[in-house]
Amino acid sequence: MEGLTLSDAEQKYYSDLFSYCDIESTKKVVVNGRVLELFRAAQLPNDVVLQIMELCGATRLGYFGRSQFYIALKLVAVAQSGFPLRVESINTVKDLPLPRFVASKNEQESRHAASYSSDSENQGSYSGVIPPPPGRGQVKKGSISHDTVQPRASADQQEPASPIVSPQQSPPTSPHTWRKHNRHSSGGNSERPLAGPGPFWSPFGEAQSGSSAGDAVWSGHSPPPPQENWVSFADTPPTSSLLTMHPASVQDQTTVRTVASATTANEIRRQSSSYDDPWKITDEQRQYYINQFKTIQPDLNGFIPGSAAKEFFTKSKLPILELSHIWELSDFDKDGALTLDEFCAAFHLVVARKNGYDLPEKLPESLMPKLIDLEDAADVGDQPGEVGYSGSPAEAPPSKSPSMPSLNQTWPELNQSSEQWETFSERSSSSQTLTQFDSNIAPADPDTAIVHPVPIRMTPSKIHMQEMELKRTSSDHTNPTSPLLVKPSDLSEENKINSAVKFASGNTVADGYSSSDSFTSDPEQIGSNVTRQRSHSGTSPDNTAPPPPPPRPQPSHSRSSSLDMNRTFTVTTGQQQAGVVAQPPAVPPRPQPSQASGPVVHRPVDADGLMTHTSTSPQQIPEQPNFADFSQFEVLAASNVNEEQDNEAEKHAEVLPSKGTAPLAPPPKPVRRRLKSEDELRPDVDEHTQKTGVLAAVLASQPSIPRSVGKDKKAIQASIRRNKETNTVLARLNSELQQQLKDVLEERISLEVQLEQLRPFSHL
Amino acid sequence: MENELKFHYMVHTSLDVVDEKISAMGKALVDQRELYLGLLYPTEDYKVYGYVTNSKVKFVMVVDSSNTALRDNEIRSMFRKLHNSYTDVMCNPFYNPGDRIQSRVFDNMVTSMMIQVC
Repeated sequence: MEGLTLSDAEQKYYSDLFSYCDIESTKKVVVNGRVLELFRAAQLPNDVVLQIMELCGATRLGYFGRSQFYIALKLVAVAQSGFPLRVESINTVKDLPLPRFVASKNEQESRHAASYSSDSENQGSYSGVIPPPPGRGQVKKGSISHDTVQPRASADQQEPASPIVSPQQSPPTSPHTWRKHNRHSSGGNSERPLAGPGPFWSPFGEAQSGSSAGDAVWSGHSPPPPQENWVSFADTPPTSSLLTMHPASVQDQTTVRTVASATTANEIRRQSSSYDDPWKITDEQRQYYINQFKTIQPDLNGFIPGSAAKEFFTKSKLPILELSHIWELSDFDKDGALTLDEFCAAFHLVVARKNGYDLPEKLPESLMPKLIDLEDAADVGDQPGEVGYSGSPAEAPPSKSPSMPSLNQTWPELNQSSEQWETFSERSSSSQTLTQFDSNIAPADPDTAIVHPVPIRMTPSKIHMQEMELKRTSSDHTNPTSPLLVKPSDLSEENKINSAVKFASGNTVADGYSSSDSFTSDPEQIGSNVTRQRSHSGTSPDNTAPPPPPPRPQPSHSRSSSLDMNRTFTVTTGQQQAGVVAQPPAVPPRPQPSQASGPVVHRPVDADGLMTHTSTSPQQIPEQPNFADFSQFEVLAASNVNEEQDNEAEKHAEVLPSKGTAPLAPPPKPVRRRLKSEDELRPDVDEHTQKTGVLAAVLASQPSIPRSVGKDKKAIQASIRRNKETNTVLARLNSELQQQLKDVLEERISLEVQLEQLRPFSHL
Repeated sequence: MENELKFHYMVHTSLDVVDEKISAMGKALVDQRELYLGLLYPTEDYKVYGYVTNSKVKFVMVVDSSNTALRDNEIRSMFRKLHNSYTDVMCNPFYNPGDRIQSRVFDNMVTSMMIQVC
């Protein structure tokens, strides 16, 4: 037998046990019977006992000598702590708790043990009598102990250490103590159950009752534990089980609690109240939580920010996913910070989880923050979970502060009457919850969300247009100052033009309104450089001086949409030059200074403009298949234009007829474009080969709008109307084209299939 | 599972459209209506809707074209709910932005939304 080193407490304990077993007072050999009884009391499986006996050499010797006995006791302790039974473990296992023996008649032992423990106990104020505390050993912090034996001594020995650890470990440790324990008996020492709350509990004398009835859930035990501990030895009674809060954990455990402060009354009271709610937080627990809260945030009315809470709870070593879920459950108002109540709930959930309890899907009622002052507090009794979620957001952080003070004040009262739950408002519509966020992000209010972009844009463009008008009238046509200049430098114009372009392309988003934007841009382009980003407006520009980009060549108003259309719908241009194409908007005819040359110049310009336009449009308006075609037309138009440069008139005539049937896909802006004189300048028309005759027809049908400088409003309105019409036409066109596209795709697919079929033959 | 890949692809391509819409907006107006981008583009089977938050987080929703009963307002409300749930997830200090969202609450909300639509 190896030498056995025993600590002082162990030495004392063992010798006491030895004397206990040494009935015959031989001081050398213990009676086997007693020893066996003792071993049985250790609650170890039989084979383990046999193993122990063999290891200690008793079987060899046939009796238990002192050393054998001591070794056996040590082995019992080893076995009780869960370590494998090995001879070497006698000395190698550090800090082995004293072996525990269930006291059946071990009062004596337990008393002894208790005395030992109390000696070493630093915390506690064990009052003299020592009911054998089950000795929850805080052997392992944070580990969920399995019931049954808990080396008591270890608890004692570790007592000093536990308080230190508590801050971090508290959650885990506390549940630890609650483990089901079969109580304990002899030896008991104060249970140290909650290592965590160790320090906290110390005033209570720690005696935690070990026998927490099993519920690992702290809450479940909560009532019982604290109170139970206070059982005086004399009372030991029995059943204390308090714990049972958890229905599953009801166990009749006789817990012997070390008496610290002998508040037995509490125990009884606690017991009765403990059965209602497994998730209830007891006062002690709550007090402990509050203390922890204070370490992070001294102001009890304040919040713990998310980062601090994250660090704190990460110490509990739960997986991040579970911590995340706990957070979701406990952060009631979804503000990223924890109030005292939320913190307690979170802590409680962590403790429960540490003890092996699954997290609920919804926050249990008892853990709901007491939003007393929050407006719309609804009854907690209602679906706590749902209300919690829905209601909390509704509470909105702002309410938190006002509620907190009152919350604190009421807290003590609440503690006493645990059922005092505030009701949460039922408003849980998620939209409401956005109260806080929305203000930051954007009004989630559905009403405001419906605002249509269109109307807003209207205004600027309108103004813009008016500006344009004014400019036009005031400035030379050659003056490129008009904001409508498509020059890239002109940002506002750009934007408008872009938007116009988009609209022109029939952007679904835009209404006819948008078309007006493009329209405005049209004029710009006309004679201007190719760089103009024109949106079709180029068509009309013919009017102005050929080379210098006429500010707004087109008198046509900035009704951009129409401009674009006009350009594209050059179909009518040729013919319309005569003013056939009614420019829907009454764009004040921009003086076309050199119309003759204009057309020539414009044509190329327009072509270019168109090209650029189309090039941009496809980018901007992906949805517009038309534009894709449009670009083709551009080329065509360009070529046409070139040809026509010589005979503009002829070309126009020719082109027009051809074009007439092919209304450009783009909005019927071209129609608009045709401002009287401009009509001739519509070289653009030529450029665009029509896509469908519909447009042309539509365009043609539109009456030309005489330039009326003075009648902006009417013109605008008329142009709006026209734009809308063209819009619908285009929409129809779009759908038709989509249909065509589908058909084509199908054809393609079928062809491919055929190809596939034929392929094998090729291999042969 | 090839459907999943197809959807991934669609969502990916739609990101280009979203970017386009965002940049095209120009003015840095930040209000709700600009968050909802509407129908990004229709394909033969599906319609793709977009929504962008103020922090440039993009939500893309792919809806079956045969589901004609789905109105624009409904889509808007769905995006709003998504946005709300997303902000709730963000509030969780244990969530690292960029991670796959594993929040049960979020998943429940999405599932309920999808069930309600189908």
